[in-house]
Amino acid sequence: MDFINDIPWLLIAASVAKTLFLIFLIVLPIVSYTVYAERRVSALIQDRLGPNRTGFPTSLLGFHKDLQLFLGGLGQPVADAVKFLLKEEFTPGHVNKFYFWLAPVLAMVPALSTLAVLPFGNYMFGQKMVVADVNVGILYVFAIASIGVYGIVLAGWSSNSKYPFLGGIRATSQMISYELSLGLSAVPVLMIIGNLNLSDAIQYQIDNGWLLLPFTDGKLTLRELLLWIPVGISFIVFTISMFAETNRLPFDLPESETELVAGYHTEYSSMKFALFFLGEYAAMIAGSSVIVVLFLGGWHLPFLPINTLESSTTPAGMALGLIHISVFFAKVIALLIFFIWVRWTLPRFRFDQLMKLGWLYLFEIALVNIFITAAILALVK
Amino acid sequence: MSPILFWLFTALMLAFGVSVILNRNPVASALSLVASFLCLSALFVGLDAFFIGVIQVLVYAGAVMVLFLFIIMLLDLRAEHRRHFNRLVLVGGSLVSAGFVIALLQVLSVFPAGAKPFPALGVARLDDVRQVGITLFTRFNLPFQTVGVLILVAAVGVIVLSRRELK
Amino acid sequence: MAYTVRRPNLTFWEKIYLPNIVAGLAITFKHLRKMLQGETKVVMQYPEEKWDAHLPEYYRGAPTLVTDEHGRERCVSCQLCEFICPPRAITITPGELASDSKFAKVEKAPKAFEIDMSRCIYCGLCEEVCPEQAIYLRKDYAVTGENRADMVHHKDKLYELGGTMPGLVHKWNPEK
Ligand code: SF4
Ligand code: SF4
Repeated sequence: MDFINDIPWLLIAASVAKTLFLIFLIVLPIVSYTVYAERRVSALIQDRLGPNRTGFPTSLLGFHKDLQLFLGGLGQPVADAVKFLLKEEFTPGHVNKFYFWLAPVLAMVPALSTLAVLPFGNYMFGQKMVVADVNVGILYVFAIASIGVYGIVLAGWSSNSKYPFLGGIRATSQMISYELSLGLSAVPVLMIIGNLNLSDAIQYQIDNGWLLLPFTDGKLTLRELLLWIPVGISFIVFTISMFAETNRLPFDLPESETELVAGYHTEYSSMKFALFFLGEYAAMIAGSSVIVVLFLGGWHLPFLPINTLESSTTPAGMALGLIHISVFFAKVIALLIFFIWVRWTLPRFRFDQLMKLGWLYLFEIALVNIFITAAILALVK
Repeated sequence: MSPILFWLFTALMLAFGVSVILNRNPVASALSLVASFLCLSALFVGLDAFFIGVIQVLVYAGAVMVLFLFIIMLLDLRAEHRRHFNRLVLVGGSLVSAGFVIALLQVLSVFPAGAKPFPALGVARLDDVRQVGITLFTRFNLPFQTVGVLILVAAVGVIVLSRRELK
Repeated sequence: MAYTVRRPNLTFWEKIYLPNIVAGLAITFKHLRKMLQGETKVVMQYPEEKWDAHLPEYYRGAPTLVTDEHGRERCVSCQLCEFICPPRAITITPGELASDSKFAKVEKAPKAFEIDMSRCIYCGLCEEVCPEQAIYLRKDYAVTGENRADMVHHKDKLYELGGTMPGLVHKWNPEK
């Protein structure tokens, strides 16, 4: 029984604690409130009000009115969740049962697994705030993101009806196409940072200023000024590809309501549908987090002191650690709101336009961008 | 890597590998292959070879197999169900695989690498991406570039061959 | 005949798309800001604010039965409305007036009169067809119930909603 002692129990316990904290206390609440924000922001943009009165149903207990807490409507995600749980779980007779059940899981799990390598804070309780600090961080993100397409493909195929099938086909071709520009547009950033580890990416940005805003360290050298061009281009390409990868609106062809009913999840109901829905939003959070880590300095905020491994057990260090985590997720939420804002501004692309944009423009731009970065890195010291 | 995990992933990988050939449904086969790749990459990760492990997922599970699935989905799957075993193919296949196993055993008997475990690496974080890059672009630069050109030629060839003349 | 749609010639900035995206984002942001600052007049907050005061004269709400100024039921259960009703929402059981009744000359009155409000489409045909000007679409629109039986308006309810309609009413309201 030697190997039992070999198992690093402390590491496993810490990882499990971090995972649970990240998923249940941060990501899932953000997911459900992003859905709420989506509805409120879209309503405000369209001169409506949106869900603004879901409170706690105290009237069910015999009170005269429902209890309205602070802003009305904040109970909406809870109500949605209860509704999803209680709805009838219906599996149509013509589907391929096993894969039909597997698909929603495959849609949700990759989106959440991406979060494993993201450094969402500095130190807390003498622990680095990242579940797995691997040195191929960004590649891991891309690998898991590319697995994410299986959920959609299987949903489309196993539903055994035409609209989901078309949605699945579209999703596959779209995600394969945009994965290329996604990966290529991240290359200049990795060349500048010189490392694939995401914690090191943040460390680099602490030392040299955030990549997109290189003056955050207080100085702006010629090199940084020149690198601003390729970084800006790769930021734009990366963000656009991220929209396409997460099937967000200008690129939401896999589920375009006007043509495909609901696309790949047409045949799904109740909690299985909710898993697709949540998976999509979790993927959005993962994507925004990657953007924050690569371009916007991660959990770092200029002028804010940084705690260390040793100080993170003291109260002051803990407070700082909490602030770091909040800064990270504040940036992520800002990006999510941007996602929503874009969604309610732009109309949907046509399929040929989508393919043309991906293959003829973004791919080439990302490729040329790599050479520009290489030239600047080689010529300007 | 804990031996439990090693045996677990090995067993899973082999089980999925067997299910690739036993499944009559092509989609199930393809997905088993994906699962098998994932277990394989878990084995790589267990050896601290993160780069290879991740690339395994990224390239094979994430890109190649998605394309496979994409094509399979467009085919008529019922034709596959109706097909019966061809005895000649069965015999031929077993002969080929038996030959392969014999060859493998011979190689393994001469090659002593599997006999004892490698010593631990001794570095906490292996800089494997950089190592692979440096090796690829210095020692093997010419073969690497040649392979790149070859693949490019193949890709262009495929496009030219598959393009139908537009009237 | 087929014809070619002329595509507009786009300038360079329009072709690279990004400036127009930013312009679009600015427009949506303007709407968002105006909503947040309360500059946009939004839709009515329904249960608290109601539009009852603004209902037009010709509004078609729930169909009701009316009595005249002597308290007589105007309906003579001729059943024309029952026949004309497109979704067959009306069910009438005709009855005879007792010979000692004050209005015995009218001879008939409905024994039961039911309108299934879960079927009614508020078309107003019953009102138009009625020879006795007995059925009117009034301004009640919040018809609710917890089950199908609740949604059926019986005779009492219909008279309660309708009230009295004295004299000869000009029913051919041109706007209705
Ligand atoms: S409401 Fe008018 S149309 Fe209907 S039965 Fe009575 S009198 Fe006839
Ligand atoms: S309004 Fe139209 S649908 Fe309603 S009861 Fe009258 S005739 Fe029937």
